[in-house]
Amino acid sequence: MSILSYLLGSRKKTASVAKERLQIILAHEHNGRGAPDYLPAMKQEIMAVIAKYIEIDVDKIHVNLDRQDEVAVLELNVVLPEMQVQGKS
Amino acid sequence: MAKVIVVTSGKGGVGKTTTSASFATGLALQGHKVAVLDFDVGLRNLDLIMGCERRVVYDFVNVINQEATLKQALIKDKHCDNLYILPASQTRDKDALTVEGVERVIDELKESFDYIVCDSPAGIEKGAIMALYFADEALVVTNPEVSSVRDSDRILGMLSAKSRRAEKGESPVKEHLLVTRYSPKRAKNGEMLSVADVQEILNVPLLGVIPESEVVLQASNAGAPAIHQNGSDVSEAYGDAIARFLGEERPMRFTTEKPGLLQRLFGG
Repeated sequence: MSILSYLLGSRKKTASVAKERLQIILAHEHNGRGAPDYLPAMKQEIMAVIAKYIEIDVDKIHVNLDRQDEVAVLELNVVLPEMQVQGKS
Repeated sequence: MAKVIVVTSGKGGVGKTTTSASFATGLALQGHKVAVLDFDVGLRNLDLIMGCERRVVYDFVNVINQEATLKQALIKDKHCDNLYILPASQTRDKDALTVEGVERVIDELKESFDYIVCDSPAGIEKGAIMALYFADEALVVTNPEVSSVRDSDRILGMLSAKSRRAEKGESPVKEHLLVTRYSPKRAKNGEMLSVADVQEILNVPLLGVIPESEVVLQASNAGAPAIHQNGSDVSEAYGDAIARFLGEERPMRFTTEKPGLLQRLFGG
C-alpha cells in the first residue's frame, strides 16, 4: 500500500458519510410524514418562548409529534439546567 | 392478465427513460406484447430514445381528449414487432392527464398487451402521480448518490400512499430497486454508496444493477435502446434485470470491479 493511500485511509470515506447522513435525514422525514405543515414553525416558536424564561440551550429542548391510530400526541421534552432545578425545590 | 409497470425515481436524470426503453424492449424480445407510455407531457423524450421521433402523429393527450384513437397514436417499434410506443404531448401541460382519461387508455391497452410500461416524469407532481397511479409493479431507478436516494425514498412513500392500490386498500404496488450508473470501482474505494448501502437505506428488493457506461449515450445518440448494444455490460445488465423480473434467478453481476489485465493474466 502506498504512503498516500495509507494517509488517506485514516480519513473517513465519503460513502460512509453519505450513508449516515441519509439514514438520519430519512428517519427524520419518515417521522414527519403526514405531519401538519406548521409543525416546524410551531416547534421553533415554542422553543423561543421557553428560552425567553429559562436560560437554556435550545438544543436541549425536544419537540416530538407521535401518532397512535386516531390520536396525535405533541410531546415537549425540556432538560432544565441543574442550578435552576435546585433553586426551585 | 396485463401488468402495469411504472418506471419512477423522483429525481431527474437518473435513467428513467433509458430504463423504460430498454426494459420495454427486453420484455418484447422475450415474446411479450408491450406498450411503453411517455407521461412526461410537455417534455417528451421517450420518442427520441426509442428512435421514433419522426413518426409521431398523435399523442397520449390526443387519445385522452378523443381527438385520435389509440390505434392511430401507437407507434410500432422499428426493431420489435410486438412493441408499441405512445408518445407524450409536447405542447400541452400536465393537467391534460386526468385520472379518468388515463384509466380509459390503460384499460384499452390491457385488452391487447401483456405489459404496459409507464415512463414517469421527474418530480412528485401530477405527471409523476398519474404515471404511478395505476401501477401493479414499480421499478424505482436510483443512482448511488444522496439526492437520488432521498428522492427515491419519497417516491416509495407516494407509491404506498397515492397509488390506486393504496387508495382502494388492495395489495400494495410491488416495488423493485434498480441501481443505475453504478461504478463498482468507486464504491470499493469508498467514494460512492455501494449497492448494499442503497438497498439497506431504501429497503426494497434489488432487481438489478446497471453499470455506468458510455454505451448509454451512444444508444441515445443513435435512437436505439441500450439493450440492443449486444455484448455490452449495460445490455447484459438489463437482460439480467428483465429475466429476474420474469421470475428467473440470476446472480448479481457488475457489482464488483472487473479484473484488470494483469490480474487476468496471473490469476490474481
